[in-house]
Amino acid sequence: MVKPLRETIKDITFKHLKKNKSQVFGQNLVDVGWVAGTLPKLFEKDGVIELPMADVAGGGIVTGSALVGKRPIYIIRYQGYNWFNCTFIINYACKSKEIWKIPAPMFIRGISSEGSIGPVAGSSHISLFFKMPGIRIFSPMTNNEYKKIYNEFMKKDDVFYISEHRASYSNKKEFKNIVKNNLDLILMPISVTRFSAEKALNSLSKLGFKVGIIHLVNLKPFNLKKEWINAIKTSKHGVLMTDNDYKDGILRTLAHKIIEKTNKKVQVMGLDDKSAGHHMNVDNLPPDMLTIKSKALEIIK
Amino acid sequence: MNIKKYQIETFKKASLCRHFENEVFKRVKSKIINFPVYLSAGQEFIPSSISQLVSMKKIKPLLFGQHRAHSIYLSFGGDIKKLINELLGKKNGCTYGMGGSLSIHSEKINMYGHDGFMGSNATIGVGACFSSKKPTIIFIGDAAVEEDYVLASLSWVAKKNLPILFVVEDNNFAVLTKKEDRRDWSAKDVAKAFKINSFDIKDDPKQIFKTLSKSIFKKPQLINIHTNRLYWHAGAGIDNNKTFDRLNQEIQNIGKKAISIDNQIREKVKKLWSSP
Repeated sequence: MVKPLRETIKDITFKHLKKNKSQVFGQNLVDVGWVAGTLPKLFEKDGVIELPMADVAGGGIVTGSALVGKRPIYIIRYQGYNWFNCTFIINYACKSKEIWKIPAPMFIRGISSEGSIGPVAGSSHISLFFKMPGIRIFSPMTNNEYKKIYNEFMKKDDVFYISEHRASYSNKKEFKNIVKNNLDLILMPISVTRFSAEKALNSLSKLGFKVGIIHLVNLKPFNLKKEWINAIKTSKHGVLMTDNDYKDGILRTLAHKIIEKTNKKVQVMGLDDKSAGHHMNVDNLPPDMLTIKSKALEIIK
Repeated sequence: MNIKKYQIETFKKASLCRHFENEVFKRVKSKIINFPVYLSAGQEFIPSSISQLVSMKKIKPLLFGQHRAHSIYLSFGGDIKKLINELLGKKNGCTYGMGGSLSIHSEKINMYGHDGFMGSNATIGVGACFSSKKPTIIFIGDAAVEEDYVLASLSWVAKKNLPILFVVEDNNFAVLTKKEDRRDWSAKDVAKAFKINSFDIKDDPKQIFKTLSKSIFKKPQLINIHTNRLYWHAGAGIDNNKTFDRLNQEIQNIGKKAISIDNQIREKVKKLWSSP
């Protein structure tokens, strides 16, 4: 029976603690739902370490642990807290290998979520990390993607940022790209918008449109495969990218990279340039199936 | 432990640091070195005393310094030629020509480089100590101890009871802003509030020895050491010609032997600088 993603993350974490004698750092880890059920029920003696509530210091403590080769997992329960937690990771852990030839490999689990969570805690905030050197960024939404990234982490000595989404934890499905030449439009969704983009794709296909999809998991370094470039170049209307970060986050940077390689039009849908309120009437949410479909139709027609 | 031997060996290290810094001073002045340089002249008895103490105890701690770290590097046995090459921007420098003055490191002596954020080394050193359980020394200044994340690190260290020593090199200045203009508390009192053994002393090597020799690394400790920066915060210049100089004081304390050691070391350092 296929497990939901939360069980895979839990299994990986258990193995990382028991087999690799590593440590998991974070705030409010034990009890309180065990990080949405992704953390095995273990404690400090097992390597599950409660950090102080001082967020900036927390990132530094984990950096120190990584420097001495512990390969820690660092859980940031809301990506909005990246603003505090990123300081020493970006400015020390990510630079250490290049400046001092001392790598500081760590596996950061930054969890995003949206919906009635207000102006700080919601959405993705990986663009903070994205612009700086020395980090690899991924956004897995499936079991196989997560396992592959963890295995890669264990072979490398880099800082890995895993941009997770709470809505993916119950997911059991794997996604498949549809990459062909001469399509009407190609969707390139990131993070939680991949679920909505898949639904939009099915709906558009039923209407007779030839729509492709490229699920973006490896965000930094961002490499476009040859077959992707060919498919985009031969597409009628280029690309529609979607994400749960602000439009002016990584979306436009990645879109520009695609334009440079393909010379095709790339449009983006992410969070609007406004603060989210707590009530659903004033929230700022990522594009859902209907808005993606409607934008795609607007582009195609 | 032989206190006489400690005093002489500490003096040798301090003298090495002083003459090294004086050579750097000249090269900054003449623009041979043309990036921000943070000279530790005047403060060298802090790392030299502590390094001599841990060396006599045969302990090789993890070291986390900040920007003013030449004396830490040299006192704990970092390769002097590699530091010269580093300051000259060469690839065979201790930090491969990337570290300049501020970000020097040495794997040989377990000294980790600094990124430039004041007090970041406190949090990072605490994490390294926690995960490795190795004795660790964190050198910060009287300004860095005001950083919120440094205070959080002190609190966590006390809770986890780590074998760690925080050394506050208290020269009274954040660049040129005096401590009395920035705060009304002492590092010793704050550390004590976190239940850390804490001390407030002068940079007299005998006093440092007496304070730390029996207790170092047995529990988390903070030692605030009052000292004097002889040169500018950054670059080659003198703020005040009347600043107390601990090295001269020790020469007076030890006598002729110190003068002879000091002269020999001065010549040795000059030679090394003239043929890096």
